[in-house]
Amino acid sequence: MYEQIASNKRKTYLLFIAFFLLVGLMGYVFGFFFWGNWIPGFTIAWIIAIVFSLFSYYSGHKMVLAMTKAKEARKPKYAYLINTVEGLSIAAGLPKPKVYVIESDALNAFASGRDPKNSIVCVTTGLIERLNRQELEGVLAHELSHIKNYDIRTMMLAATLVGVVAFMSDIMIRSLWFGGGRRDNNGGNAIFMVIGIVLAILAPIAAYLIKMAVSRKREYLADASGAMLTRYPKGLADALRKISKDPHILKSASNATAHLFISNPFGKRKIMFSNLFSTHPPLEARIKKLEAM
Amino acid sequence: MVSTTLWIVIGVAAILVLWIIFAFNSLVRLRNRIENAWSQIDVQLKKRFDLVPNLVKTVKAYMKHERETFEEITKARSIMTKAGEGDVKKKAQANNMLTDALKTIFAVAENYPKLRASENFQMLQEELSGIENKIAYARQFYNDQVLKLDNATDVFPTSIIAKLFNIGKKDYFEAGKEEKKSVEVKF
Repeated sequence: MYEQIASNKRKTYLLFIAFFLLVGLMGYVFGFFFWGNWIPGFTIAWIIAIVFSLFSYYSGHKMVLAMTKAKEARKPKYAYLINTVEGLSIAAGLPKPKVYVIESDALNAFASGRDPKNSIVCVTTGLIERLNRQELEGVLAHELSHIKNYDIRTMMLAATLVGVVAFMSDIMIRSLWFGGGRRDNNGGNAIFMVIGIVLAILAPIAAYLIKMAVSRKREYLADASGAMLTRYPKGLADALRKISKDPHILKSASNATAHLFISNPFGKRKIMFSNLFSTHPPLEARIKKLEAM
Repeated sequence: MVSTTLWIVIGVAAILVLWIIFAFNSLVRLRNRIENAWSQIDVQLKKRFDLVPNLVKTVKAYMKHERETFEEITKARSIMTKAGEGDVKKKAQANNMLTDALKTIFAVAENYPKLRASENFQMLQEELSGIENKIAYARQFYNDQVLKLDNATDVFPTSIIAKLFNIGKKDYFEAGKEEKKSVEVKF
């Protein structure tokens, strides 16, 4: 397990480098397009990426909580939930994360933060009400595993950088559309315009794919290490089955936060390119793996 | 030629010393982790220990005929008090006794609807069953760490270091017979 966590941290750096190269490339083309010089575009792109990353590193989880309208869970009302989280974090050898709830009938949960000491776990009220103790423990163990494996940090940064890439390509497309850029028509500009358009379209897709690839592997790992905590894989398997049959959708989730949740918060209908673009492996596959443990 | 041999001997000795340091440190780290895990159990045991008189007071007001159950609890608490700081076996035994006694109380409480309806009782029940879960999990974590040290001290050649520096095995925190099931009991 410790080796896997170390390799997770290594992959985070790789992911980081890949994103910064992508952002740098966009800035490069951007610079030529607007100023005929790569330096300002490159510099601005990296500054944006760094500022956004730092911001999400230090307060991304607060933003997510605000976006999903989560409230801190307090005793005595949520004593059951808090006690369960405390118990599992003891089992995992983790400091106790802060516990939050979202008022919703949907069945969902997520974890966030930058490291185990600064982490949060959030569940919907529907999850507390409709799952039994073993199932809830299974879900919470899965979330705590995300914390223990440092997935929370990686996913937060990945989401931010995808946002930066999307933001930049958006500006690029808009300015191309409305005739921005340098007007002194020379051949070089036309070439950069074509490159710019291609990049503006491909970059967000590439960024998205990087994020998905990382995210899905981590789900399986978190399922497995969650089962190590509860010593009862059936709990999570049952919970996932209940979740997969649940018709409620989580209204306060958005595209920006979807990848954090234990199951796709929009339900099944919204998945367009089903497998390639889904943040989570199919629930059936996860249940099968858990039941084989 | 002499100097080459000398260098080889020095090199081998250096590697050996480095290995001893490394092995020793990793064993110490494992032992410290066990101590940390043990303190997690201890914290929960103390919490429960402190909550029990509260429960007894609340419950006594409603059920006066269950003297045996209360005596069981008092006995378990006194064993707990007498157990030394690091006495895993004694504490495990007292803990299991207390678990059984509490289970009896909660089972008997089923016959007293007024008691069950009392807010104070409900709160205590949630707290105590939460603590019981935490004890179970802390025990799992502790036993995992003990197992790791066990494995490390059994395996050659680390076993030599363990013997040399007297890093011995620790006791497992044994669960009561019914304990594992009690996690799943819903009140």
